[in-house]
Amino acid sequence: MALIMIELKNVQKSYDGGATLAVANTSLTIERGEFLGLIGASGCGKTTTLKMINRLEEPSSGEILVNDRNVVDQNPEQLRRNIGYVFQGIGLFPHRTVAENVAAVPRLLQWSAGDIRARCEECMEMVGLPFDEYGDRSPSQLSGGQQQRIGVARALAARPEVVLMDEPFGALDPITRSELQEEFKSIQQNMALTVVMVTHDMTEALLLADRIAVMREGVVLQIGTPKELLNNPSHDYVRDIVAMPRRRAQRLEELMRNE
Amino acid sequence: MSDNLREQLLLLPAYFQGHLLLTLAAISMGVLISVPLGVWAEQSARVKRPLLAVVSIIQTFPSLAILALVVALLGGRIGFLPAFIALTLYSMLPIVRNTVTGLESVSASVIDAAKGIGMSPNQILREVKLPLAMPVIVAGIRTAMVWTVGLATLSTLVGATSFGNYIFTGLQTRNLVAVMVGSFASASLAVGLDGLVASMQWLLEKRSEAVDSARLKRIRLSVYGVTAIIVSLALYGLIPKPRADFVVAGKPFTEQYIMAGLLAQELEEAGFSVEQRLGMGTAVVYEAIRNGTVDVYVEYTGTVWANFMSRESNPGREGIRSGVVEFLEEQNVTTLGFTGFQNRYALAMRRDRALELGVTSIEDLIPIAAELSAGSDLEFFGRTEWFRLRDLYNMDFADKLTFDTSLMYTAVAERQVDVISAYTTDGRVAAYDLLLLDDPRNALLAYDAMILASENAAAQPKFVQVLDSLVDSISDEAMRQANRLVDVDGESISVALEYLGDEMAKN
Repeated sequence: MALIMIELKNVQKSYDGGATLAVANTSLTIERGEFLGLIGASGCGKTTTLKMINRLEEPSSGEILVNDRNVVDQNPEQLRRNIGYVFQGIGLFPHRTVAENVAAVPRLLQWSAGDIRARCEECMEMVGLPFDEYGDRSPSQLSGGQQQRIGVARALAARPEVVLMDEPFGALDPITRSELQEEFKSIQQNMALTVVMVTHDMTEALLLADRIAVMREGVVLQIGTPKELLNNPSHDYVRDIVAMPRRRAQRLEELMRNE
Repeated sequence: MSDNLREQLLLLPAYFQGHLLLTLAAISMGVLISVPLGVWAEQSARVKRPLLAVVSIIQTFPSLAILALVVALLGGRIGFLPAFIALTLYSMLPIVRNTVTGLESVSASVIDAAKGIGMSPNQILREVKLPLAMPVIVAGIRTAMVWTVGLATLSTLVGATSFGNYIFTGLQTRNLVAVMVGSFASASLAVGLDGLVASMQWLLEKRSEAVDSARLKRIRLSVYGVTAIIVSLALYGLIPKPRADFVVAGKPFTEQYIMAGLLAQELEEAGFSVEQRLGMGTAVVYEAIRNGTVDVYVEYTGTVWANFMSRESNPGREGIRSGVVEFLEEQNVTTLGFTGFQNRYALAMRRDRALELGVTSIEDLIPIAAELSAGSDLEFFGRTEWFRLRDLYNMDFADKLTFDTSLMYTAVAERQVDVISAYTTDGRVAAYDLLLLDDPRNALLAYDAMILASENAAAQPKFVQVLDSLVDSISDEAMRQANRLVDVDGESISVALEYLGDEMAKN
């Protein structure tokens, strides 16, 4: 079993035939079971990088390997069915019940009805929305946080080894977000999922990710553990974006000390 | 229940069946064509604009014009097919437009999710976009359905049976009961079908909900039951009926209803089975007799001369007769003979108004025409006859108004206009005491009524022999009286037929 789960080799992406690069000559390796945070400002190329992994975008040049197989050699639909995908828009199917939403990928993979049912129960239990109580509901009857829990359950239903997340908790209120972050982190660790998560929230990246890649203008400036980024930022930009959560933490500490 | 109402209700099953079959067939075909077109348009911007433009343009065509165009494109074929094609074309806009709108309104994040979890474009369309767009698409189908039910009434004019038969016959023969039965039946059908589609949609939406109450089951059962009944009623119409020996046709005015009735009566008395196609447009019925979908009807020499031969001259009554018969022979239409009356245009005035102005002929109008107002039917002021009259007498009226025929007579009777283009056999000429003006310069054409037969019918000696009894059998005065019984006295066509029968027996 390969140690490396996802590998990007000199990947470039241009939307205008090469005049400007959305993603420039990027190479990354992500280990099996690793949680990688992709962080940067809007338009830095982080979402494009993520979407190239499951071929929602095609690279202009370079290679992407998932589990040692070049993604362009695989049928994009087959590829995506084996990779979990969670995004800010959630995108639950409003005309299907909650259980049918969770069952979407196993159904595409033509699992038996019994297996699908069992797996739905398992996944819904995992995200804290029991099948018996929520299975028959329509997505519109759930709160935003519950909907994203179902989004996560749907992404995990077909037992993918890789999950891609595009600002999955961005639209949630702070308390719900924090709950979901923690729960997802423990699910990721229990299942040894390889996760790539795009976020613009440095605190989220620091708390969840094993390693963080900081991107700016299509280029990965630095990639390292939270500790490395905090202690040895290689660019001023990296220093600036890690400074904010650090300043906040210090402020909170001072407040607590003063009481 | 009045006799009239009972008579009308007896016609209901046949008209209902014709209307239903036409509507359902057109809507089904419309859905089969329009939904895929809408899907295609939503996927390709290059298709979308031109397609929506084309279906919108079809919609802006007057519905009657579409019917006439389809008949012409089919080489004069009348009946179910042209009506079906025209109604299908007409149903397309709301369905195509709503399909496009419905698909476009599916939320982008749902489509992103579908793509992200590995659905193929086809699966996204079938399992996500179409189901989510369905309420909007069904709304389009419902709009099309209500339009189609209403428009189907017009298909009577191209010889397809519908509730329009009530309406057109009723309007022309001043039978308000028939008009009301037809309108009410058509409206009820529209409401009924719309409700049926709405409840089917409701049931489809309930399907995803696990709850399956007894009430829901009852509703489902009744909706399916009603649908099954309606579809089988419509399909029943597809079973070919024994074809009648001859098809008798007529145009949409009283004299034509009477003459068609007379032709049918003679043929039936001789033991033939007859189908009547009434209320057809002039061009449509002429095309139909040329290609044999109609076997016999009454036409007027002046109409053939001016409309079909496009002649602008006036060689006089005999000249027109021989020219027309010869022309029709070339068109494979046989002239069985002339009935004896002629129904031509004549300028007419109230007798008291004519006296007051000292007018007895069109020449007397020359010095005063510029101060008079004139009314005509929908055609007259557009015909070459009018241009010739204007030029020969070198005059024009101050105002020229066009009316529906019965309103034209009312207008002159109530002094809203001074002169009208009356029909010489119209019963209302006598009823309103109108004076028909002489035409010394022969501007107006002769309109001898003649019995035209298709090539096929004319080849049957017995058919020719039976209808020979109608040749030279009806005087101008007899026809005028028969028309008057219907138009002025409000009698039914059968009363007029009885009268004509008595008149013909006297001779």
